[in-house]
Amino acid sequence: MCCVICWRAAASTAWAVLLLGPITAALVILGRFSLFHPIQTISECLSLLTSASAVFSLILLCGVILMIGFLNLEYYTVIPTIACSKIALLGQLLHPRQLVNSAVHCVMGIVVAWCCAITIGGRYETLGYTCPQSDGDSSSQMCLNEYHLILLLAGAFVGLSYSLLGVIHNMNYISFHTVQQYKYLRFKGALPLVVKCSATQALYSIRNFIVVYFFLGYIPKILCLYMNKQTIAGLLDLSLVYHLWISASFLLFTWHITLVLFRIFVTELYSFPVQSSFTEDAHQCLAKVLNEKQPMILKFLALQDLALLSQHSPSRRCQVFSLSQPGGHPHNWNAISKECLSMLTDLTQRLVAYHDTVATNGRAKSLSTGSERKTSSETSVTSGTEDLMSPRPTLLMKTPASVFARSVVGTPRTPLTAPFTPDLDSPFASPALRRLTAPVEQCSPWFGTVQSPHVKNFLAKRVLIMYLFNKLPEASSQALFADSQAHIWALEGLSYLVQASFSEDQFGVVQTALPSILSCMLVLQEAVDRHFKLPHASSKPVRSTGSMGDSTHKTLRFALRATLKTAIYRITTTFGDHLNAIQMSAEHRKRLQQFLEYKE
Amino acid sequence: MCSLALFPPPLPSGQTTLCESNNELLSGTTTEDQLKQESSPLSLYFPRESLKLHSRTESSSKAAFLDHSETLWMRSAAAWRDGGLTGLLNEITTSHTEVPKWLSMSSGCILALLQKVSSFHGSLFPHLTLSSEDMIAEFSQVLNWSDCVVRAFAWHPHTDKFAVALLDDSIKIYNPKSATTPTLKHRLQRSVAAVQWKPLCASALAVACQNCLLVWHVDPCSLSTRPSSGCAQVLSHPGHSPVTSIAWSPSGSLLVSASPMDTAMMVWDVASESCVPLQRVGGGGVSFLSWSPDGSHVLASTPSALFRVWETRMWTCERWPCVKGRCQSGCWSPDGSRLLFTVQGEMVIYALTFTDTPAGVPTSTSQGPQAAAVVADLSETTFNTPDGDIIVGGEIQSLAWDSTGERLAVLLKGDPHAADRPAIIAVFKTRTSPIFELLPCGFVQGERGAEPRLMQFHPSFQHGALLTVCWSSGRITHVPFYFLSAGVPHCGLSGSPSLPRPQTVPADFANQSLFTELMS
Repeated sequence: MCCVICWRAAASTAWAVLLLGPITAALVILGRFSLFHPIQTISECLSLLTSASAVFSLILLCGVILMIGFLNLEYYTVIPTIACSKIALLGQLLHPRQLVNSAVHCVMGIVVAWCCAITIGGRYETLGYTCPQSDGDSSSQMCLNEYHLILLLAGAFVGLSYSLLGVIHNMNYISFHTVQQYKYLRFKGALPLVVKCSATQALYSIRNFIVVYFFLGYIPKILCLYMNKQTIAGLLDLSLVYHLWISASFLLFTWHITLVLFRIFVTELYSFPVQSSFTEDAHQCLAKVLNEKQPMILKFLALQDLALLSQHSPSRRCQVFSLSQPGGHPHNWNAISKECLSMLTDLTQRLVAYHDTVATNGRAKSLSTGSERKTSSETSVTSGTEDLMSPRPTLLMKTPASVFARSVVGTPRTPLTAPFTPDLDSPFASPALRRLTAPVEQCSPWFGTVQSPHVKNFLAKRVLIMYLFNKLPEASSQALFADSQAHIWALEGLSYLVQASFSEDQFGVVQTALPSILSCMLVLQEAVDRHFKLPHASSKPVRSTGSMGDSTHKTLRFALRATLKTAIYRITTTFGDHLNAIQMSAEHRKRLQQFLEYKE
Repeated sequence: MCSLALFPPPLPSGQTTLCESNNELLSGTTTEDQLKQESSPLSLYFPRESLKLHSRTESSSKAAFLDHSETLWMRSAAAWRDGGLTGLLNEITTSHTEVPKWLSMSSGCILALLQKVSSFHGSLFPHLTLSSEDMIAEFSQVLNWSDCVVRAFAWHPHTDKFAVALLDDSIKIYNPKSATTPTLKHRLQRSVAAVQWKPLCASALAVACQNCLLVWHVDPCSLSTRPSSGCAQVLSHPGHSPVTSIAWSPSGSLLVSASPMDTAMMVWDVASESCVPLQRVGGGGVSFLSWSPDGSHVLASTPSALFRVWETRMWTCERWPCVKGRCQSGCWSPDGSRLLFTVQGEMVIYALTFTDTPAGVPTSTSQGPQAAAVVADLSETTFNTPDGDIIVGGEIQSLAWDSTGERLAVLLKGDPHAADRPAIIAVFKTRTSPIFELLPCGFVQGERGAEPRLMQFHPSFQHGALLTVCWSSGRITHVPFYFLSAGVPHCGLSGSPSLPRPQTVPADFANQSLFTELMS
């Protein structure tokens, strides 16, 4: 089943490679454009496009795109990693896996910049040039072409910042759209945003690069003399800035296009068979895929398919409600409803435990009580992390800095305190950081909300430490709901199936599960309501515009709350007073009555 | 096919339509009627004088302050913030004494060029030159919106509560089961064009405003009469204003909004406040939206002679060019298989039939019809009444179909300047299965001098259909149509009231049928 994802990634990369041609042509025209010689520009461009160096650089660029596509496939995740403090974010940035990513992007940036230098041509074309000796000697010597060097360094810088910003903005997070559209239309819709983002981000990157070069440009200068760009006047060369910007935009645009295509292809609806007539295809069935933990993306695709089939497709719903041929058991429905309910129950438990921790303010409970409260997910946390595909493979793992997942496999940890604590056992790259965190680690309840006044005062003076360790508001709330897209689909799928069962379920297979579905939803509703009464839980995140990062995960909790209410209403409106015949506790009945009277 | 000739003549002046019972519309005189209205808790009256209208002549408080000389930079920044590029260019051009001559000259040239381009664009799509209030009035489903006391009205889809948007930009929520009447006011809630309750939710109310879209969350159990503006989510997208039409998906998950200024229709995920623009060139904007009750299609009409029908699984659309004018209004049959619509400048109702693909073909879109059929002709008809001749008919302002699919209300524009051509609501009896049929029912009229402005059917009325009409006088009345729905199983006879005496459509109406599918 994994090959589905691989094929989709390959197709998206292939499209990105195909699009490279027109984009490069645009770069040639923009890079060589001369206002006063338009005809000469065109003829130059045409001759360049057919030259051998252009073909070679195009091949090189294809290689870069393939590499970027591979990195996308390697680093993507459907459950975002949410850093709960600055130090956790720093940890993410300095994680070896991320360092490899940054280094590769850096090299790719240099390669793209070299190709840009070739295509723009002129003074950027070669690294060295022959310059006459100053003392009038007729013999010439090789000098370093600073324009070329600046372009290459800018490429490296932009590549690095792309990688780092990717971590900060959760660029590797793939969100699923609520509105289904064909791939071409989605791509067309995303294109203006990609152009805008690439251009603005390139502008900022180049600005930062120029500042960095202005201050740190002496390092290459030591290596060779003949550089003059470290003066302000040297850097205020408008044509140089324009070419830097154009090549940075080109770099970012091609990479963003690859990313966008990857997202569009991977999140495309995949239709799993509900029932398979052959045993060798049984592992592809919806219920089977739903119950599997790995890889996460397949589970998400299966849930998406479930939500859509329950809403739109009567024939496939009919298969869900059907009975097995020998035996007459509703295996499909049982497997689907069991998995959905267990996911919802997990979320409820997580919310209740979090609420307890916050409500008691951590005072009464020491760490040892915290570790007793391990949920059943503990085993899955440790078992699931070997996977290469996604850095956050398990549903219940909420470690904020889970890029460390692989390094902490052995360490037992409480999943409940995880949202608050940055990962301290993880191998930070610098020993200085380790030293920095060492005193704090000893009194690690400090990371919760327990703060001994002595320790607090001591640390309050160290502004940097406070800055690094202060919990970001609402981040822990976001982390709790990081995988809630799955719960949203589970709720939608269940409620639509129950609604359809009112008229379509011939054998009454849903009826038996109705009390447990309702009570599960009502308990979750209560937990969600309580969670939203916590400070910061209901505060809206600042909407970030003009970034390629996906901020859907920041609002997942609101989406879950709305979906949950709608799901309960969907069932109560369909069944109406028939629900009074269902066995349930008095408290749940009271709550259900509120829904029946439209008072929630 | 002159349909209105088959209608019973309009009531003499002073008589008011009360209800339909036993297949005929009952009427009463005004005094009787008023007594009845006072007894009903949901009949409301908003006299124009009672509303405190704020003067809306100035958009900013600039004029109240003395002129204060700022530096050119500050003024340019302010102009950029307030008026965008045009504002900035204008500022530079007007302050030609302070800027270099070449700059003021070139900005003046660019400004002139921009104006040329925009006037050319405006000549292609004349509605773009309208002010936003005029635009709302032009495309609203409400007759004569700018002069209307009740600007928008919405029944809750599941309970007996409704929201009323008034001329003073406030929204009131009435619920017969609750003593409190929450009044919703918000800084951004101006020129409300439409309101709609979210299905499968008790509290969420979407409001289409001049500059944005508001989604109020009004807790039905709260005792507060003035919910704070923190209860409202503000949804806005650059270029997407004024919003003239909104529609919730029947499953309650999505909200679509339309603006005649924006060629893209927005599909909102309200909880996460994110939107997906569905851009289609052509038409110059989107003016009216209607989501089919089964959730499978959305009608989106444009200001040009073109409308689109979107299917909602993969969000692809069919283009339907009209011959004469834009699609003014439309409504769906309860099963979503049939769309009735009217075109500006024509006096007929068209129907489109959508048949679902056979079940089991998951990917293909539903196959649409080839051409629209005319189902009713509402051209002008003269009736002789004791008060003189009355001409009824003409262009159609809006259509409403009740949730059982048995009554269709048509709001006819009339002519405001001619006394004998009043705006009037014509009600048809309809049947959708086994074949589509249209039969005359009668006219709904209000008290003397009041013309209908806005109408809506109650989405979940137990004993038939309930038509709510907002009148130009500021009165809101409810006209029940008592009948036994053919589609709903009749159980619980003890609960039905004694008054209706339900009876099925008698056979003698069949020969008066205006339209059946057998004819075409």
